[in-house]
Amino acid sequence: MARGIRDQVAIVGMGCSRFGERWDAGPDDLMLEAFQEAVADAGIERDRIEAAWLGVFYQEQSTSKSGLPLSMALRLPNVPVTRVENLCATGTEALRGAVYAVASGAVDIALAMGVEKLKDTGFGGLPERPKGTFEDLWQPGFTPPGAFAQLGAAYAAKHGLAMQDVKRAMAHVSWKSHENAALNPKAHLRNRITIEQALGAPMIAYPLGTFDCCGVSDGAACAIVTTPEIARSLGRREAVTVKSLQLAPSNGVELSHASWDGAHTPTTRLAAARAYAEAGIAGAEAIDLFEVHDCFSITELVLMEDLGFSAEGRAVFDILDGRYDCSGAKPCQIDGGLKCFGHPVGASGLRMAYEMYLQLLGRAGARQHSAQGKAPALGLTHNLGGIPNRNVAAIGIFGLMDV
Amino acid sequence: MRALLSAGVYLPRARLPRSSIAAAHAWFNPNLPKGGERAYAAWDEDSLTFAVEAVRACTSKPPPQDDGTPSHHAFGAIAFASTTFPFADRSNAGLVAAALGREGALQARDHGGSLRAGTSALLAALQALADPACPDTIVVASDTRAAKPASPQESVYGHGAAAFRVGRGDTNAAVLAEYLGGASVTVDFVDHHRSDGEAFDYTLEERWVRDEAWGKLLPGAVGPALAAAGITAAAIDHCVVNASAAVHKKLAAQLGLREGVFVDTLGKTVGDTGTAHPLLLLAATLEKAAPGALLLLIGFGQGIDALVFRAGALAGSSGNGSAAGSFGAALAAGHQEASYTRYLAHQGLLEMELGMRGERDNRTAQSVAWRKRRTVTALIGGRCRDCSTVQYPLTRACVNPDCRAFDTQEEFPLADSPAKVKTFTEDWLAYTPSPPLVYGNVAFAAGGNAFIEFTDATPGETAVGQPVRFAFRLKDRDALRGFHRYFWKAVPVPSHGHGAGT
Repeated sequence: MARGIRDQVAIVGMGCSRFGERWDAGPDDLMLEAFQEAVADAGIERDRIEAAWLGVFYQEQSTSKSGLPLSMALRLPNVPVTRVENLCATGTEALRGAVYAVASGAVDIALAMGVEKLKDTGFGGLPERPKGTFEDLWQPGFTPPGAFAQLGAAYAAKHGLAMQDVKRAMAHVSWKSHENAALNPKAHLRNRITIEQALGAPMIAYPLGTFDCCGVSDGAACAIVTTPEIARSLGRREAVTVKSLQLAPSNGVELSHASWDGAHTPTTRLAAARAYAEAGIAGAEAIDLFEVHDCFSITELVLMEDLGFSAEGRAVFDILDGRYDCSGAKPCQIDGGLKCFGHPVGASGLRMAYEMYLQLLGRAGARQHSAQGKAPALGLTHNLGGIPNRNVAAIGIFGLMDV
Repeated sequence: MRALLSAGVYLPRARLPRSSIAAAHAWFNPNLPKGGERAYAAWDEDSLTFAVEAVRACTSKPPPQDDGTPSHHAFGAIAFASTTFPFADRSNAGLVAAALGREGALQARDHGGSLRAGTSALLAALQALADPACPDTIVVASDTRAAKPASPQESVYGHGAAAFRVGRGDTNAAVLAEYLGGASVTVDFVDHHRSDGEAFDYTLEERWVRDEAWGKLLPGAVGPALAAAGITAAAIDHCVVNASAAVHKKLAAQLGLREGVFVDTLGKTVGDTGTAHPLLLLAATLEKAAPGALLLLIGFGQGIDALVFRAGALAGSSGNGSAAGSFGAALAAGHQEASYTRYLAHQGLLEMELGMRGERDNRTAQSVAWRKRRTVTALIGGRCRDCSTVQYPLTRACVNPDCRAFDTQEEFPLADSPAKVKTFTEDWLAYTPSPPLVYGNVAFAAGGNAFIEFTDATPGETAVGQPVRFAFRLKDRDALRGFHRYFWKAVPVPSHGHGAGT
């Protein structure tokens, strides 16, 4: 029986570029921006990094393939760099590679970098790309909002809810993220909005309006990971450790089998069960705050149930009750989320981990969460790569450990 | 006896009021006709997709199988007539057959070159039955002729298709119409023409055509056809001839036809569907004709085809019992689309700003399309021999999470399977020539799920749980390489609407 990843690897440095329409910066600039913060945070020399993992999704349209863009941007000393890609779970996948390398004992210190340079593609939303020689013959020419919008009508029908009530909860989701991002200097969208603005916005893909869709941003985020022992040698007494990293890809059920109802993400439920077990916790109730893949408001809504934070059919009500607001019982997207921090695809999983890292260490500034005067002890991140019909769910759980 | 065994009709859903055309061009030509409407193809329809629908209607037969899936009449040959084939060199008839899941031992032929091609294909199929080895033949005629803005043709033309199953019947009781005789004359009379590569017809003086062509050529074909049938012109109950009232009047006097035998040419409801029109009118007439009634069918174009029929016992109904494929149902399913610019854009006559997403390269990997032709062209899914789970698409491994067996899949046709909307969206961001792009997941009654594009869906009128049917449509055009690719789309059967409100 494998023992899992819990507490085998510590994060000693993290960095995150400012997200947004970074007309001033290319992927190399963004990676450097994140890396300089992380390496200073870790207090190590660049050359102590023994291996690196680079996560980038739209490689042809921005950063180019292979591990070279990272190796060259940072002028790394010819150490191994592996490029990974797993749709919107790419950033978490890069972190998994680095964490596993350290846990295996193959290296002492590893780097995980995620980057995406989207705004040079010329698209307002995510760029168009071929989906495969067979897929393009039959699958709809969908966009991400349209593919995720599928959850809306199906969720409303499943729970017998009027779409206007679901829409109101969706608007609350987006309103909350704008509120949170207003306190985040690195966030892409820092403006506040009203519920009425969200409800009255032009339709993008029924039932999603403009404010139900996350920002498409440029950005990079990275983590430097090592063993708890080396963390201690670097002066840490209490370090952020990885409690769990789990991944669950679809195997075709949502695309072809009758059993899927179209109103939830089965992969998230599978990954969550594994992640809670690996972290040694009973479930969502042990988590203090969390970041989910809120590419669209309806995604965040159904994820509240898929991760176990809300009971079946209760997400609309919990959201409207403020349970996931920054002042609520279980703050979700306290940094603004994909919605407002932004969504440079390859960086997003690491951006979420960055926020958990800051919050756990009490370094989140104006948006620092505290429950009864204490910094949070356990945080969760979640990515959903792909579309509801075929996707990759990735979950990370992070906490503190005396080292 | 040689006979028409069943009929099928397809009319596109969109109907453009002629008042919209007249209003758009009032500054240019204030005398365009304002009454009635015409049918036109949506951007994802062409003569080939029409043909597939008409043939499905013509060959589908009740009663349904246990799961509600209708079965189909077999045929050994398919003849497709059109002047607007999507492909000049690729068998259009062969592609229609492939869409119906038919390949292998089958004769497929395209008939073109003249608006007479429809009746010529029908006559040839009937005459071929003289050979006892000749199988049942599907004859389908379909056209989507373009017309210049503000031309008379723009108001006169319509788009549509009709198909007949041609074969042998033991008695008049078992057929839609018994073939009694036919004849042709051919002359090189140029009433209009469209040269290769030209988008539009060039049309000559109507009165000259009436007097010199209709008036002088018709007797040469009608006389021998009536003689072969052993009847006189006065015995004809219904004369199906796609011509103006002035021509009708002239012909009645000249041939000795009875008053009132000319059938309505649908000028105010459908428009002139070109190659398809004589067959469309015949199908419409047979839906109302009394068994025993005598019919004269005329095809015109560089000569005349004349065919004489006696209505069989199946006449006077929808022909094959499939109301969905009848002329009456097709006419009633029309949906008025009053926007003239929508019509222009769907015909490719108005270049719209499609945005960057419209720049997508739609190159087809032909080797993949060949390997997956049963999946893509015929909408055939799989059913697991071990667990009976139905899935789309067919794959080597069963999708049932409790099975996942390898190499247990058998073909399972889904094109006629009843299905319902599981999820959907109306996507205003995605590229489509007709926003919004509507798509979603549909659940087949037989089991299985498909993530699929919808078509003929009016925004605000799709709902979870709504029934859908499937239609063969253009998926993409590859302008770079001049290729059209096709796939099946879900057509919501009109009923309620979003239900949950927008």
